Amino acid sequence: MTATELDALHRELVPAAGPATLSHGAFVLQLAPDELLPTVQRLRDEFGFDVFLDVTAVDWPADALRFEVVHHFYSTAHKVRVRLKTRVAVENPIVDSLCALYGSAAFTERECHDMYGIGFRGNFDLRPILLYEGFSGHPLRKDYPKTREQPLVPYRA
Amino acid sequence: MDARTIPLIPLVPASAVAARGTKHATFEYLTTRKDELIGWARKFSLFPYPFVTACCAMEFMAVSASPYDTDRFGAALPRFSPRQADLLMIVGTVTHKQAPVLLKVWEQMCEPKWVMAFGVCASSGGFYQNYATLLGVDKILPVDVYVPGCPPRPEMVIDGIMQLQDKIARSRHPVVTERF
Repeated sequence: MTATELDALHRELVPAAGPATLSHGAFVLQLAPDELLPTVQRLRDEFGFDVFLDVTAVDWPADALRFEVVHHFYSTAHKVRVRLKTRVAVENPIVDSLCALYGSAAFTERECHDMYGIGFRGNFDLRPILLYEGFSGHPLRKDYPKTREQPLVPYRA
Repeated sequence: MDARTIPLIPLVPASAVAARGTKHATFEYLTTRKDELIGWARKFSLFPYPFVTACCAMEFMAVSASPYDTDRFGAALPRFSPRQADLLMIVGTVTHKQAPVLLKVWEQMCEPKWVMAFGVCASSGGFYQNYATLLGVDKILPVDVYVPGCPPRPEMVIDGIMQLQDKIARSRHPVVTERF
């Protein structure tokens, strides 16, 4: 079942979407930012990927397209995982939000925005979820100093 | 505890002495000092408030339960309102986001109050050094006793309680005015 599903994904999705590999049983697709939303729409509607697991990012400081936004999906019917990787530049780190397709994206995108400063077009509530109001910078970016603290309570003398 | 710290306990009720009309052969009173008397009373009635944030909580439960039994030191009954507690036990990692909550809890406690940093995270931040972690609760409030360990052994917590008791016994305890 898994093999057939992966074959179908490879046959029907890849020519439009971009290079694909198989990594630890998960189907990995490299996408351009404008391909993300149509691809996710097809994954959900045609291939039965009904669970949106997470969105996070990887910071590659030396690369021109510095951030790699990573989405994970799971199909409960076929027991298959898909990973989508979208590269964006640091000057304009914005991808489309998946809020309209998966409600849980509203929260995971907030966390990704906290930690990496990725913007999600279409998510209108990107307030801090794990960080606090007034926190400046994005702590999981490689250029955030490891020892930089932003205390809310003034330290005792 | 030396003999002076034993509080005044009449061995024979005054009414009985008066009725008999004679002095009893043994001594009838001891003298002590106010600070030592109050310190002696206070050190055996610590009401802890567990400010529990992380995995050290498991060790706190172990040390509170019957095998180790902090009740022997008068520090058994956790109060879940800071207003009723006089020992703030900070059990676990405190983040910058949580620091205002911790400070508010500490400010709500009535005097006299003491603070125990339970475990390395509360004492110094432990192995964390990043954007999220407060590197030791003593950066925002005064700490009386630090119990290191990740997590501390129950024996270490009990030793910490006993050292705090010694500290309370040796302290000044102004009850009437600032000077007395």
